[in-house]
Amino acid sequence: MSGQVTYAGRKGLWDWLTTVDHKKIGILYLIAGGIFFLLGGLEAILIRIQLMYPNYDFVGGSTFNELITMHGTTMIFLAAMPIIFALMNAVVPLQIGARDVAYPFINALGFWLFFFGGLLLNLSWFLGGAPDAGWTAYPPLSSGHDFSDQGVDFYVIGLQIAGIGTWIGGINFLATIVNMRAPGMTYMRMPLFTWATFVTSLLILFAFPAITVSLVLLMFDRLFGANFFDVNAGGNVIIWQHLFWVFGHPEVYILILPAFGIISEVVSTFAKKRLFGYSAMVFATVLIGFLGFMVWAHHMFTVGMGPIANALFGVATMLIAVPTGIKIFNWLFTMWGGQIRFTTANLFATGFIPTFVMGGTTGVMLSVPPADYQYHDSYFVVAHFHYVIVGGLVFGLFAGLYYWWPKMFGKKLNETLGKWNFWLFFIGFHLTFFPQHFLGLMGMPRRVYTYQADTGLDLGNFISTIGAFGMGLGTIVLLINIIVSIRKGEPAGADPWDGRTLEWAIPSPAPEYNFAQTPLVRGLDALWTEKMSGNGKMLPAEPLGEIHMPSPSVLPIIMSIGLFIAGFGFMYHNIPVIIGGMAITFICMIIRSLVDDHGYHVKPKELEDGEKGVKA
Amino acid sequence: MVKRWQHVWRLLALTIVTALTLTGCGDPTLSALIPSGPVAEEQLTLIKLSLFIMVGVIAVVMFIFAYVIIRYRQKPGQTGIPEQVEGNTKLEIIWTVIPIILLFILAVPTVMTTFTLAKDYSEEEGAVNVKVTAHQFWWEFEYPDLGVATAQDLYIPTGKKIMFQLTSKDVVHSFWVPSLGGKTDTVPGLVNKMWLQADKEGVYQGKCAELCGASHALMDFRVVAVSPEEFDSWVEKMKAGPAEPTTATAQEGQQLFQQNCLSCHAVGGQGGKLGPNLTAFGDRQKLAGILENNPEVLKQWIANPAQFKEGNLMPSFEGTLSKEQIDALAEYLSGLKIR
Repeated sequence: MSGQVTYAGRKGLWDWLTTVDHKKIGILYLIAGGIFFLLGGLEAILIRIQLMYPNYDFVGGSTFNELITMHGTTMIFLAAMPIIFALMNAVVPLQIGARDVAYPFINALGFWLFFFGGLLLNLSWFLGGAPDAGWTAYPPLSSGHDFSDQGVDFYVIGLQIAGIGTWIGGINFLATIVNMRAPGMTYMRMPLFTWATFVTSLLILFAFPAITVSLVLLMFDRLFGANFFDVNAGGNVIIWQHLFWVFGHPEVYILILPAFGIISEVVSTFAKKRLFGYSAMVFATVLIGFLGFMVWAHHMFTVGMGPIANALFGVATMLIAVPTGIKIFNWLFTMWGGQIRFTTANLFATGFIPTFVMGGTTGVMLSVPPADYQYHDSYFVVAHFHYVIVGGLVFGLFAGLYYWWPKMFGKKLNETLGKWNFWLFFIGFHLTFFPQHFLGLMGMPRRVYTYQADTGLDLGNFISTIGAFGMGLGTIVLLINIIVSIRKGEPAGADPWDGRTLEWAIPSPAPEYNFAQTPLVRGLDALWTEKMSGNGKMLPAEPLGEIHMPSPSVLPIIMSIGLFIAGFGFMYHNIPVIIGGMAITFICMIIRSLVDDHGYHVKPKELEDGEKGVKA
Repeated sequence: MVKRWQHVWRLLALTIVTALTLTGCGDPTLSALIPSGPVAEEQLTLIKLSLFIMVGVIAVVMFIFAYVIIRYRQKPGQTGIPEQVEGNTKLEIIWTVIPIILLFILAVPTVMTTFTLAKDYSEEEGAVNVKVTAHQFWWEFEYPDLGVATAQDLYIPTGKKIMFQLTSKDVVHSFWVPSLGGKTDTVPGLVNKMWLQADKEGVYQGKCAELCGASHALMDFRVVAVSPEEFDSWVEKMKAGPAEPTTATAQEGQQLFQQNCLSCHAVGGQGGKLGPNLTAFGDRQKLAGILENNPEVLKQWIANPAQFKEGNLMPSFEGTLSKEQIDALAEYLSGLKIR
């Protein structure tokens, strides 16, 4: 915590473990999220191999349940969310003209909590078996010791730790967007990705406490013999379902809104047009976020809530189609009349549109309660949410990755490999999930490890597995692309795509302080405005001066390790380990509170050298 | 690029068509697309209505989409800057209002059917009440008004409303007979209600639709829909119970059953309720919901049930009973027939 260390002076592993720079934290999120994405993908491939043939004996029922639980949990909490946070960290401060996020220390803490929570969850594979009650972990299957083994403990503790990280990450982005916008960057001039981040962070703020509470209840039932979900002791198992979905449904929008933001940026840039109906897009984003909290019980139509609740939640759910439809048409009309360049980023963005429309329309179909009695917990639902989450979110993330990769790393990803990546993944995706709509309607429940022969389900499952291999190949091509790019990628320059927003106004990768001088924003699509009515460079809003930067700190990682250790103490009822782990965390908190950290300053001389370095 | 897009859509279309022609709409005893009762029919009507509306929406989007990505691709050598359109109020109102109208068309029958399907017929003349209790990994069926209990094979009369009261002994399961109607969860501590009706005689496949443990995929059951007359006679015979065994082996089997199995399994009025009621075991369509019901498989099941259904509560009898004893038990159980 020396106040004198400057950017150039920090290198190597220690730098990565102690960094509070949002760009580096973004990269950390990307690496960790990427590894978990590969793990979750591997689990998916194993699931699909097991379902390739009827009565196939590849993995048994209990291993299969571990695979589906870990696939869902990993993909949602440990892959999708972190990769979203990776892009948010890499891009949002740049898009609003900020030097860093509002709370750099909290930002690092959020990452390390997520990382150690995820690590703890995945260690379950080696410590007696992974959780096996589904990612939704409905009690009493998840709460009763008669029904589940220790795996679910890892789910409870791991998600709790990772969840704290996500929650403080959300608060950090709220504070950043509210407080740290450059002069002239009014709310209605914010790029759509920043808007999506803002609304997503709000959803995180309000939704995550619900999962925290449900996990606490489950933890008390499992570890301390409480009876929240024990029917024989007066408990109620439906409480979990409500609490879980009060979190779980907004979570769907936490995932998809950033994808909407990415698509808005990519489509607009590569059509060379401003976003069609910007204010409607903003309004739709906020409305979707709001309605997202009103519809959780549509996951529970078959639970026995009665016709009044079912009808109300059904109709409320249908309403979400309206703002979503507005978005789809606005994207189409953004491209209308443009000069569309089909780079890989834009392929994923355009591929997103029809795919997401299909996922969205099956969503409307699912909102019809009597029909949902047939769809619910069948492969129709599996098809629906993979169309939304893979066809929507993952396509969006891939688009964002190809789009912002140059800004993050200074080199482009290879376009030829990118196209292979897109087509393999896109075709594989539809082959995998399109037949699943029919499998569900033909009577195949979800989460079954096998199905009987001669029940009409063979062909659809076989095609689906073949498609999964295609998606796997697409992902391998992406990995190759990343390696090729790191080895000998084409240098990107500041503005490789003829961009419109602020992040393209500064060098790639961005210097530590982002903007040598805070820019003055004179319109929506700040950089484009300058390209059209100025000299193509941002006007400075301040003279060149010293820049105050936050110091790196090793405390976030140590605090997270403390909770990680205490987590094991809780699971194995080892009180000294609990106390030891908590003590580490609390001591770090005390140090953080008592020791003043004034950060350090980058001098104008260094800034000028830095600028020259970029030019040379 | 255009060619590639066409290629994708062709491939997709081909896949869909092949999938549909080869499998049709699935197995008529299992598919929600081949309804055999009024509940499944109403649900299929709603599925179709929402599907048609949504296919319309998809068609409009796809049409605009295809036009845009073909017409507005950047042409080689194209320069200049396209007009920066801010928006178009008229268009935006159109694509806000039309979806609202479409949703209204969908919402009205949705709400009506939601209430129709939630009606309680338990007091109605002619309706048959059935209490369903789900267990890991089998189904218990009781007819409280008729004083009959069975398991795994649910007998119902055609043309009558069957009013279910659903609950669970252990974890949450979900009771689903796709060709008769949608599912309802069986929740421990709660009793849910649902009605179904079969119009045609036949055997329909039932499934557990909520993840309930290692053998969730194997928790199948059968619904046997018979004419009302046949149903009445089935009830009478169930009350009377199966005939006493005649062969010596079967009689030995009966004795073994009473010594070893009765604490969990009932035959007739006697026995425990921890395991499936075996009164008409010989009539079962399937053994344990998934296996062929013949004495050979039954012997293997008794010897080691976990090899077929991981995690089920029945202990292995391989060490407890000799091979001859298991043979005798199997002969006795397979002879428990009333039809």
